[in-house]
Amino acid sequence: MFQKSKTVMASLAATVALTTSVMAAGHAKLEGDLVIFSDMSNPAPRAVMEGMVERFGALHPDLNIELTVIDREAYKTQIRNFLTANTPDVANWYAANRMKPYVDAGLFEDISDVWAEPELADLASTKGAMTLDGKQWGVPYTYYQWGVYYRADIYNELGLNEPATFEEMKSNCQAILDSGRKCYTIGTKFLWTAGGWFDYLNMRTNGYDYHAKLTGGEIAWTDDGVKATFANWRELIDMGAFIDNHTAYSWQESLPFIVSGDAAAILKGNFAVPPLREAGLDDSKLDFYQFPAITDGVALAEDAPTDTFHIPSGAKNKDAAKAFLKFVVSAENQTLINNGDNLGQLPVNAKSSVDDDKFLKEGFEMLSSNSPGGVAQFFDRDAPAEMAKVAMEGFQEFMVKPDNLDKILARLDRAAKRIYK
Amino acid sequence: MSSSTKAATQSSWYKRNEIAVTPWLFLLPGVAMFLLYVIFPIFQSINVSFYEWDGLGEAEWVGLGNYEELYWDDAFYVSLRNNLIWLVLYLLAIPAGLFIALFLNQTVSGIRLYKSLFFFPFVISQVVVGLVFTWFYDPTFGLLNQFLGVFGINPINVLGDERYVTYGIIAAGIWPQTAYCMILYLTGLNAVDPEQIEAARLDGAKGWRMLWHIIIPQLKPATFIAFVVTIIGALRSFDLISIMTNGGPFGESRVLSFYMFEVALSEYGFRMGYGASIAVVLFLIMLCFIAYFLYSMYQDDKGGR
Repeated sequence: MFQKSKTVMASLAATVALTTSVMAAGHAKLEGDLVIFSDMSNPAPRAVMEGMVERFGALHPDLNIELTVIDREAYKTQIRNFLTANTPDVANWYAANRMKPYVDAGLFEDISDVWAEPELADLASTKGAMTLDGKQWGVPYTYYQWGVYYRADIYNELGLNEPATFEEMKSNCQAILDSGRKCYTIGTKFLWTAGGWFDYLNMRTNGYDYHAKLTGGEIAWTDDGVKATFANWRELIDMGAFIDNHTAYSWQESLPFIVSGDAAAILKGNFAVPPLREAGLDDSKLDFYQFPAITDGVALAEDAPTDTFHIPSGAKNKDAAKAFLKFVVSAENQTLINNGDNLGQLPVNAKSSVDDDKFLKEGFEMLSSNSPGGVAQFFDRDAPAEMAKVAMEGFQEFMVKPDNLDKILARLDRAAKRIYK
Repeated sequence: MSSSTKAATQSSWYKRNEIAVTPWLFLLPGVAMFLLYVIFPIFQSINVSFYEWDGLGEAEWVGLGNYEELYWDDAFYVSLRNNLIWLVLYLLAIPAGLFIALFLNQTVSGIRLYKSLFFFPFVISQVVVGLVFTWFYDPTFGLLNQFLGVFGINPINVLGDERYVTYGIIAAGIWPQTAYCMILYLTGLNAVDPEQIEAARLDGAKGWRMLWHIIIPQLKPATFIAFVVTIIGALRSFDLISIMTNGGPFGESRVLSFYMFEVALSEYGFRMGYGASIAVVLFLIMLCFIAYFLYSMYQDDKGGR
């Protein structure tokens, strides 16, 4: 008996020595179960998630990690069930207002203490997006730029340059239309793609602060600034810049138009690049430009949605969960999971390196040096969920029936009065 | 001694009432489940519809506020209108099912195979039906528009145009529903009395007159069931809308059940109270039909005795 416990002690000491030598000293030993629910269900993100679990598990061999990957769209409706009933220890979600309902309901754990630790100082750029009521409610693991991805070969053929102003954007578009193509492909079946266009048009027409006030409910939807944004949008619509029948397509279904050359560009996040590359558009055919300025003197601002990890307040193994969150944001892990072979997005840790990829480098450059106005999350993450839904439906209707604008804005205004009361 | 007498009277009470009590004992588990999972939630929803509640935090009493908002809500009327279109057009599945059943009610070799092929759309999932029709309607690559293109007709964006979208989805829904009605009528046709047909034939009835005066009256039970399942199917048309359009374009293909899901349970929906009030309205509409069905079943029962 005594003998036995001695050997156990010895082996324990050995493991401790082993693990501490593997990882940076100072980590507590983690035991028990760690249940992770993830929405990273697309092939590449799924591999990343599984890889992270594997590497974290290797650091903590006594920890039993259970990973459940849920379809990304289904996850959005399931989260409220599992946060209240069958709580995991770690869960994926999104930054900014999108996490507000769960923060308000007390379902996400306040992890300001984790953010106070020195390792997280390198995440300062995303701290604002994770902060509500002066506290932090999760950690980011990736973000990505939005912008116009265009067919460089078509632009070359027509002798066009990347536009810097709205006038150039329109004249380019006219040339593209004259050549028998559409300027932009878009699939608005799931509404949010139209939210991207509104974000950019509004931030370029009225500026970031105005946009933030609008999504925050401080400016009425019937305001003249909003109307100016829609007037600019209408110019593009009246030109016939967007593909026909976009209401019938999801964003994935809208990609074949740019691949076939029937449309010359798409306004999208960087996640559009892998499928476009897979479809045969190499870097000589596909290029990127920042959405051009519209109103003179309005500082350029960008959309850069941040995806996150949170600890539900009902989590059972919070120590392990916090350790996992710290592992996720560590510089080394960030460099690895965001490189071109994995997520192909931007790392959130300032000490990480951005992968040597044309679009990632250009996007990182744009966000860090050419976005003086500010960085927004995305329309449906900046505005409250209900408002986002009503508004994006309005955007879709506007893109099909621009004459209904006054009716749409009145409807949005009525909804806003109820939602932001 | 006294305790045994008591036991004897107890058992004799059961013995005396055995005939009356036993059916209720057998019914008890079912009734309890029905009360717990059907009747109780109805009252629960009615209760929730008087609150403003995001499903997570505290509920706030708003009285009839949700119903007042429904009254001003354009989207609600669009859904209601679509529900009515569904109810009316979905009934086409009944005559369609009847005619396919009549057509298949013959004895040629391989008829079982044809019957199963016609029944096939009902067996496959509604999700698959929705996907198939979505591809069929695709404005650029879809079979429908390729076909129309042969005749020089410009592509029609069925699912992206607010004028056609509801009809497009109903057409997809009628496909499996017709198969369902067909199977009901096929079993009904087996029970048609051959002597009556013989008699009618001797009296010179054939074709439409035979169908209308001899066959269809005998199919009345099948028609009743087909009517019931079709009405219920029309009112709970949810999966096809969710798969094919997600309620779009700009909410023009929503029906009440989908709108309820959207405001209460979907990605952006956090309004349990408002969703519940839509559910109550939908329940009241269904209640009309349920009352009618129960009444006619009760009449049949009385007539049968």
